[in-house]
Amino acid sequence: MHIDTDVCTGHGVCEGIRPDIFEVGDDGIAHLLTEEFTEEDRQDLEDAVDQCPTQALRLER
Amino acid sequence: MTEERLVVVGASLAGLRAVEAARRKGFAGKITLIGAEPHLPYDRPPLSKEFLTTDAEPAYFRAEEALRSDLGVDLRLGTPATALLPGERVVAVGDEEVSYTAAVLATGATARNLRGAPDLRGVHTLRGIDDASAIRAKLAPGVRVVVIGAGFIGSEVACSARRRGADVTVVEAAPVPLVRAVGERLGAACSALHERNGTLVRCGAGVESIEGTESVEGVRLTDGTTLPADLVIVGVGVTPETGWLEGSGLRVDDGVVCDENLATDAPGVYAAGDVARWPNPLFGQQMRLEHWTTAAEQGMLAARNAIRPAEAKECATVPYFWSDLYDSRIQFVGVPEADEIAVVSGDLASDSFLALYRRDDLVIGALGLNQRRAVMKLRQMIGKRARWDEALAAIAS
Repeated sequence: MHIDTDVCTGHGVCEGIRPDIFEVGDDGIAHLLTEEFTEEDRQDLEDAVDQCPTQALRLER
Repeated sequence: MTEERLVVVGASLAGLRAVEAARRKGFAGKITLIGAEPHLPYDRPPLSKEFLTTDAEPAYFRAEEALRSDLGVDLRLGTPATALLPGERVVAVGDEEVSYTAAVLATGATARNLRGAPDLRGVHTLRGIDDASAIRAKLAPGVRVVVIGAGFIGSEVACSARRRGADVTVVEAAPVPLVRAVGERLGAACSALHERNGTLVRCGAGVESIEGTESVEGVRLTDGTTLPADLVIVGVGVTPETGWLEGSGLRVDDGVVCDENLATDAPGVYAAGDVARWPNPLFGQQMRLEHWTTAAEQGMLAARNAIRPAEAKECATVPYFWSDLYDSRIQFVGVPEADEIAVVSGDLASDSFLALYRRDDLVIGALGLNQRRAVMKLRQMIGKRARWDEALAAIAS
C-alpha cells in the first residue's frame, strides 16, 4: 500500500473505511498505521484506492 | 444459456467504478459502458477549481486502451442511452438494442438553467469539460463575471474567476450561501470567506432577467439593479438524468427510486450516483446525493449487488462533501437538518472552525473549515450512530 503524499490532501475517506490502517495526521495528510496486511484486508484496501478523491492511493500486488 | 452481460449506463465516476468493481469481483462476462459525452471518464471536481485557474488538461481516470484491454470494456461514448426495456432486458442506444443480464444506471445529472433565460453568448452552466473549457477561455483580468447561485459550484467558480483577476459578484436568492447544504448560520460563515477574498456576494437577490442582444451585457435583479456582466455562470443546481427512462416502467421521483441495496423495480437493474434515490438505513431517510464519494461508493456497490444479488449489501453511508475555496477547505459529513448546531472549536469569523449538528441525542453532522483531522473522525462516529455527548467528549479530548 502506497500513499502519494504529494497528491493526498487529507480527505480521510480511507480512514473512514479502515481507521485501523489509515489516519489523517496533524499535517493534514493520510498516513499508514501499519504495513502488515492480510488477504482479508484486500477488498477494503481496494475500496480505499477507488474512493480516494485525489487518487493518491496505490495498492501493489 | 445466454452469456452474462453487464451494461453500465453513464460513463462518469459511478459508471467507471461499477465496471472496475465488477471485474475485480471476477465478473467474466461482457461489459458494455455507455456514455452520453464523447469524452473518456474524467474527474469533475477539478473543473470548477484548478481546471479554470491553470491550463491543465482534463483529468481522465484511465486511458482508452486500459479500459478496452485491461478491463475488457465494450466502450460506447458519445451515444446516450435512449430507453430501457426491462421486459426484454434491453438498453436502447438510438436504433441499437444492447441486451443485459445485469445493469447499473449511472446517468448522473444535468445542470439546471434559469427559467426563460435567453440564449446569449457568455451565459454558461458548468457540468462537463466542454462547459469548463468555454468558461476558462473567457476568464481574464478585469472581465466582469456574475455567478448566479452561491451553492458549491457557484462558490468555487467565483473563487476561480477571482484568482484569474476577474471582477466577481455572486448572486443568491436565499438569505445566505450554501443554506441547503450546511444550514443558515454556517452558510453565513462560509460567505465571509468570499468577502475576505474580494468577491462580492449579494444574498436575498432574485434574478429578474439576463440582458443582452447577442452577447450577455448584464443581469437584472428583482430589486431593480442591473449588474453589468461579460460572463454569467448559472449554478442553480442539477436535475437527475432520468428523461430517457420515461416509458420504462421504472419509478422515478427526483431520481430513480431504489431499495436499500440500490436495486430498482426492474429485475437485475441497479442505480448509482447522482441519479439514485434510496433509503439510507443509517439515517432512516430517503436520499439522493450529488457527492463525489457517493458516486464512487455506490458505483462499486451497485455493480457488486448486480452481479452477485445473493450477497447484496445495503448502502449505509455517511454523506461527505468538500469544497476548496481560496486557500480553505470546507468539509461536511452527515446531514444538516438538525435540532441544534454547536461550534465546538475555533470561531465562525476565523479561517478554522468545527461545528457539530445534533438531532435528538445523536450527532448527525459536522462541518469543518480547515479541520481535516477532526472531520473524518466525526464521520466514523456518525456512522456508528454515536451519541451527542460522546461526540462532544471525543472532540474535547
